[in-house]
Amino acid sequence: MSLSTILMTVFSTTLIYAAPLIFTALGGTFSERSGIVNVGLEGMMIVGAFASTVFNLTFGIVLGNATPWLSLLVGGLFGLIFSILHAAATITYRANHIISGTVLNLMAPALCVFLTRIFYSGKGQTPVINQSMGTFTFPGLAEIPFIGKVLFTKTSLIAYVAVVVGCVSWFFLYRTNIGLRLRSVGENPAAADTLGIDVAKYRYLGVLLAGAFGGIGGAVMAQSITLNFSASTISGQGFMALAAMIFGKWNPLGATGAAIFFGLAQSLPIIGGYIPVLAQMDPVWFQIAPYAITIVVLVIFLGKAVAPAADGQNYIKGK
Amino acid sequence: MLYSRATKALAIPLISIIAGFIIGAILMLVFGYDPIQNYQNLLIGSLGDVYSLGETLRNMIPLMLTALGFAVSSKAGFFNIGGPGQYLMGWFGAIVFALNFANLPTWLLITGSLLSGALLGGIWSFIAGFLRAYFGTSEVITTIMLNYIALYFINFAIKNWLASKGSDSSPNIARRASLNTDFLQKITNNSTFNWGFFIAIMTVFVIWVYFNKTRSGFEVRSVGLNEAASRYAGVNVKRTIIIAMLLSGLLAGLGGAIDGMGNFQNISVSNSLPNVGFNGMAVALLAAENPIGIIFAALLFSALQIGGLSISVYSNTPSEIVDIVIASIIFFVGIKYIFEAALAKNWLKRMHKKMDRGADK
Repeated sequence: MSLSTILMTVFSTTLIYAAPLIFTALGGTFSERSGIVNVGLEGMMIVGAFASTVFNLTFGIVLGNATPWLSLLVGGLFGLIFSILHAAATITYRANHIISGTVLNLMAPALCVFLTRIFYSGKGQTPVINQSMGTFTFPGLAEIPFIGKVLFTKTSLIAYVAVVVGCVSWFFLYRTNIGLRLRSVGENPAAADTLGIDVAKYRYLGVLLAGAFGGIGGAVMAQSITLNFSASTISGQGFMALAAMIFGKWNPLGATGAAIFFGLAQSLPIIGGYIPVLAQMDPVWFQIAPYAITIVVLVIFLGKAVAPAADGQNYIKGK
Repeated sequence: MLYSRATKALAIPLISIIAGFIIGAILMLVFGYDPIQNYQNLLIGSLGDVYSLGETLRNMIPLMLTALGFAVSSKAGFFNIGGPGQYLMGWFGAIVFALNFANLPTWLLITGSLLSGALLGGIWSFIAGFLRAYFGTSEVITTIMLNYIALYFINFAIKNWLASKGSDSSPNIARRASLNTDFLQKITNNSTFNWGFFIAIMTVFVIWVYFNKTRSGFEVRSVGLNEAASRYAGVNVKRTIIIAMLLSGLLAGLGGAIDGMGNFQNISVSNSLPNVGFNGMAVALLAAENPIGIIFAALLFSALQIGGLSISVYSNTPSEIVDIVIASIIFFVGIKYIFEAALAKNWLKRMHKKMDRGADK
């Protein structure tokens, strides 16, 4: 296999696995920037994966090629609806954020598999979707020698969309008024309140954005990788996204970068077999390496992780 | 206060449990299932005879120990999501010891297996604690990463070192190394109930004593409440962080070791992290991280899980309804503020009435 083919494989596999993590990690960033700890990302992804799969199976025949893309939006919508549970519990009813997040992680698989059994005659998994997200070759860009083949041939379009969304999210959080306010209620809600910022409103915004993004992340997983829904469709990706968010220091660009790194990590065991030198090694090392490297990188280069100052604290007016 | 702290501490979980069951019942009614029949099956399937009771009590063991592990780190202010990995390491350590030292005298074989399991779990969380204490590395990330390292490493070790060629499971441990004895099988109608249950209950009391009667336990709690103040008061914060995380993993590891020796008798390759680590978190949260409360929370969880199995046997209701009930219960525990506010309002009303009556006289 030529170098460019190997690189193309590495790059596209990385992006395919990174896309769900990017969306979900961005979601986590919005939520935690507004001061609501979100360990429920896994649950939000599950709901997104389930809703998108059901939508795809139901409307795939009518909508044709557009189905997977519309399914992402449906996944996002249901993720958003599901996240209201977390928002209401933590913001309005002063619940402990970790308890509430854990509830999402417990509730989502239970509810979605329950409904799967009801919709699909008692089976714990849905049929495989017909309209899935395939690979994409950028017209024009793919013609560039070498780079065109590595970066723009048979790659994951949704991952490119995810990276763009990551940049937009950064702009939103750091260059717009709404973004500034959202961050301010996560740093010092009392001060924000004094300035007339509605703390609850911006925190709801943060959590609902997390729900939508997490839902999309889960939907991407179902539409491009697993191609159906079962209890094991989302197995730890939400926690990986949580780690990516912290690794990226609660910054959308950092989170995007970290998610791509984890994507590379997840694709390593798959692509390891294609690379001549690495093919000799036991695949277990490719499976372990990314996680071990993450810890080492974190210890050596990043040091103390500093969360938004009021992350995890309930804001009670007048106290 | 009119109602004592103890009643309040019990009232909220009780209200939450009832509310959780109501949510489950509503959902069953919506989809045309019979809630009363299902709840009856649930009760019979979990506590109805000695066999089910044995299964329920056995299923409590890993729940109690992983919950205790989560509670210990949580009291120190850390979020240890590493329960699944630590539990796996414990399970692995116990089986490896039992297989390799099968010739030791029975008591040494069993103690050695349990200890090496607990120790491996402890080492796993110690890494996260050490990095947190000396480098400020987020324990959330390190424990997640360590979970996956444990999963893949153990799968590799089973396939290459423990299992015979082509098999995905290790051989069974010697019968005398098992915690599930003939006597216990006889009295519980061949359930998987084992001596580990008593070890787990004893451990719960040891941890209760640790938190309430020892200096180290006090330091762990104080660091959790206010790290800066504890440092000022002379607590060695770094050491306390490491102790709390180490203890946390020892407990989860012990849970894995007991499950390995009492329930499974071997260890197999698995595709994903064991759920029990995450369920332990939920048990700890339901019990508000109180060691004694964990016993009762684990009993409830375990009964729901074991009883849930018979729901889908005797009707076509998906057994996931049980997990929905569990999640709802934890949700209501989480939003206890509503109940507290409602209780407080009631109390105010009663006070007003009393005062009004007093004024009339």
